[in-house]
Amino acid sequence: MQKSLRKYFAVFVLPTLAAFVIAFLIPFLFGLYLSFTKFTTVTNTQWVGWENYIRVFTDNNDFLHALWITVAFTVVSVLSVNLLAFGLALLLTRGIRGTNLFRTVFFMPNLIGGIVLGYIWQLIINGLLLSAGVDITYDPKYGFWGLVVLMNWQMIGYMMIIYIAGLQNLPGDVLEAAEIDGASPWQKLRRVTIPMVMPSITICTFLTLTNSFKLFDQNFALTAGAPMKKTAMLALDIYNTFYGRIGDEGVGQAKAVLFFLMVAVIAFLQLRATRSREVEQ
Amino acid sequence: MKNESKGWRGILLTAFLTVLAVFFLIPVFLVLMNSLKGQFYISDAPFALPNSETFVGLRNYWNGIEKVDFFSAFGYSAFITLFSVAAIVLFTAMTAWYLVRAGTRAANGLYYLFVFSMIVPFQMVMFTMSKMANLLRLDNPVGIILLYLGFGSGLSVFLYSGFIKSIPLDVEEAAMIDGCRPWQTFFFVVFPILKPTAVTVAILNAMWIWNDYLLPYLVIGSRYRTIPIAVQYLQGGYGSRDMGALMATLVLAIIPIVIFYLACQKYIIRGVMAGAVKG
Repeated sequence: MQKSLRKYFAVFVLPTLAAFVIAFLIPFLFGLYLSFTKFTTVTNTQWVGWENYIRVFTDNNDFLHALWITVAFTVVSVLSVNLLAFGLALLLTRGIRGTNLFRTVFFMPNLIGGIVLGYIWQLIINGLLLSAGVDITYDPKYGFWGLVVLMNWQMIGYMMIIYIAGLQNLPGDVLEAAEIDGASPWQKLRRVTIPMVMPSITICTFLTLTNSFKLFDQNFALTAGAPMKKTAMLALDIYNTFYGRIGDEGVGQAKAVLFFLMVAVIAFLQLRATRSREVEQ
Repeated sequence: MKNESKGWRGILLTAFLTVLAVFFLIPVFLVLMNSLKGQFYISDAPFALPNSETFVGLRNYWNGIEKVDFFSAFGYSAFITLFSVAAIVLFTAMTAWYLVRAGTRAANGLYYLFVFSMIVPFQMVMFTMSKMANLLRLDNPVGIILLYLGFGSGLSVFLYSGFIKSIPLDVEEAAMIDGCRPWQTFFFVVFPILKPTAVTVAILNAMWIWNDYLLPYLVIGSRYRTIPIAVQYLQGGYGSRDMGALMATLVLAIIPIVIFYLACQKYIIRGVMAGAVKG
């Protein structure tokens, strides 16, 4: 079978591979190279060594500030989204009437694109701040917490679906046994339910983690970093550096490489968490 | 699961969830409501219902449709999403099957390269990819399909491979012995088995591509506007944006998604569950 397959490489693999090389592999490798050069277009590159990476931290404070905002936003979002989604999943696995309708409603925002979501919440938050006579660009706090609320509205339904799947796979007899042994509802949750849906918790944690960390569209539409780049997260800061000032493209690419390395570390931790879980089971 | 639909606890729970569901729907309702008001009445009183003074009927809609050329934006979004998803569903299935069944060191290496691409954020390649697209004349609604196939292949090859590894070889071997060529085996035997994964791949990629802003903006945005680009275009960089047209365009952008969601809800939710492993 393997021999007869070989000559079909061109048919089966080549279309995807060609697109992959053009859209990803060459841009990726060339992007690594460009981070060590000064350029405005791809034809006038000039090798500058580590200069771009040094400038990421010495030109201004933007990158470090964006990193701080991103980390803070990610921590708050991961916690709030997962707690609320898990709570909703618990309520929606009790067999009450209308469960399907509720599930449909809670999941719906997830399908709306980030740009559209950003403008929806801009309207609402500006409306709420109207009585104070200011808008979302007045104080970075507004933009930050507005983004947290937006993220919760968008992601809770998605995570809830995954938690519901996990909860539905719980063997009922284990919970019954705990009940017979006199466990309180809280004890049942702590000692039985949560340990048994740990796989779902791992998946949801990392999904919210990577989605929050890489967030761009919502950030771009809601505040675009206002006021004074104070609410710009990493992805937006990279975009602004690239397309903001001519001559800073190399710095933007260096920031992008650093961003990639951070995401890679998160992915590596996820892989390890998943592996160790598999060993336990 | 025990049934708690009866008794006061069930009623209380239902009431609580109903309130919560209303809160989930309010943002969309607010946009819909404001899209019917004159543009100068929106920012000043976004929570006020339209009244005889502020109600403008569908004027914002005609305005918005004209300003952003909404119907062509819808056309570009639909065209790009449909054909990109079709290309991804078909070609990455073929690739994944070949790589799993070939099982050579080169095939494994290629598989890991695809998986690796999943963790690379778009910002890492956005500049070089858009330059590459210009260079190869891919900066049009047809060329961008190739970019989506390339950038979307990582996740899709990964999802398909996971499923293919669990299919027993016997069926395919039987087909081969009966004289099927590899492409016949794939299309008549393997691909039908892959259908559940194909649905997952289609749903996840459709959600991504339909809503994607940055890639189409950088590659084709100066000449072709998809729906997210059209919405962002209305915002403009200048202070005098038309809030009425913006609200109407937001509603128009949400309507196709809601229709699609209500029609394919079962598949979407199943697809999301199955695709959750991607992380």
